[in-house]
Amino acid sequence: MIPVEHYVALSALLFTIGGVGFLVRRNVIVALMSIEVMLNAVNVALVAFNRLPTHNNAHTGQVFSFFIIAVAAASVAVGLAIVLSLFRIRRTVRSDEADLLKN
Amino acid sequence: MSAMGYAYFYLCATFAILGAIATVAAKNPIRGAMGLLLLILSIAGLFLALHAQFLAAIQLIVYAGAIVVLFLFVIMLLGPSASTPSDHRGRITRVAGAGLFAAAGLGAMALLVGSAPKSTIGPTGYPSPTGDFGSVDAFGRILFSQGLVPFELSSALLMVAIVGAVAVARGRHKSDPGAISGAATLEAENVPHAGQAPRTAGGITREAP
Repeated sequence: MIPVEHYVALSALLFTIGGVGFLVRRNVIVALMSIEVMLNAVNVALVAFNRLPTHNNAHTGQVFSFFIIAVAAASVAVGLAIVLSLFRIRRTVRSDEADLLKN
Repeated sequence: MSAMGYAYFYLCATFAILGAIATVAAKNPIRGAMGLLLLILSIAGLFLALHAQFLAAIQLIVYAGAIVVLFLFVIMLLGPSASTPSDHRGRITRVAGAGLFAAAGLGAMALLVGSAPKSTIGPTGYPSPTGDFGSVDAFGRILFSQGLVPFELSSALLMVAIVGAVAVARGRHKSDPGAISGAATLEAENVPHAGQAPRTAGGITREAP
């Protein structure tokens, strides 16, 4: 197996890419996709750590990753519903025009 | 065998990074969704190499089969307005914040990789897991014994998410009680023109009874 540092480095790189996309992009759909990229990066790190021989064939990291996938599905469902609701009100998907609470 | 393992890892990692960059940099959200699909497939391949067969299957079914399709569905529903034109207002602030985040993340990565103890494993890598590590059988045994309570709670979470998504995305209709009389509605039907929402009273339109 590849040393676990490789997986952790890949995970950190993917997480950074997702975070930068979330901060830079104004399209709400792309921001949601960036969140998915970050969650996937976390999953990679958890499953790689689970493979370490010190864990003695326990499945803790994989179970954790399973729950993260469930939470990601829930967050995408609610987030896209909010995007649709925003589009119905403002006819836009830009995050800086969602200023209904402003002033 | 080890060289093949490294080649497989670097192939999957390259495709994952390419997919992530395509996701966050795409002008067209559909291309972003395709990049997300590439990332998800690559990560499923990584899970296979990590003896997590069940998670690889779940990754394909839930992410590639449900989440990406849901993204594509919403993008198709919004049509051409799903892709926003780029403008340069506040660009410096955004780029500075993102650069700070990227510097912190890459610095953390460099610290972690640089400080890792070297050559703690032999040339053959970690010992192979015993039995049916990562299979549906072993995973389900753990999930329904030690992880039973969070598993049930996650079903409740998904139920609440479904109800919330339907309630948020459905909007209000004229036939609903409370939508016409008194209640402040944010419906598009009450907005005179698209894209020109009234700014008075915080953008809330109140219909006359």
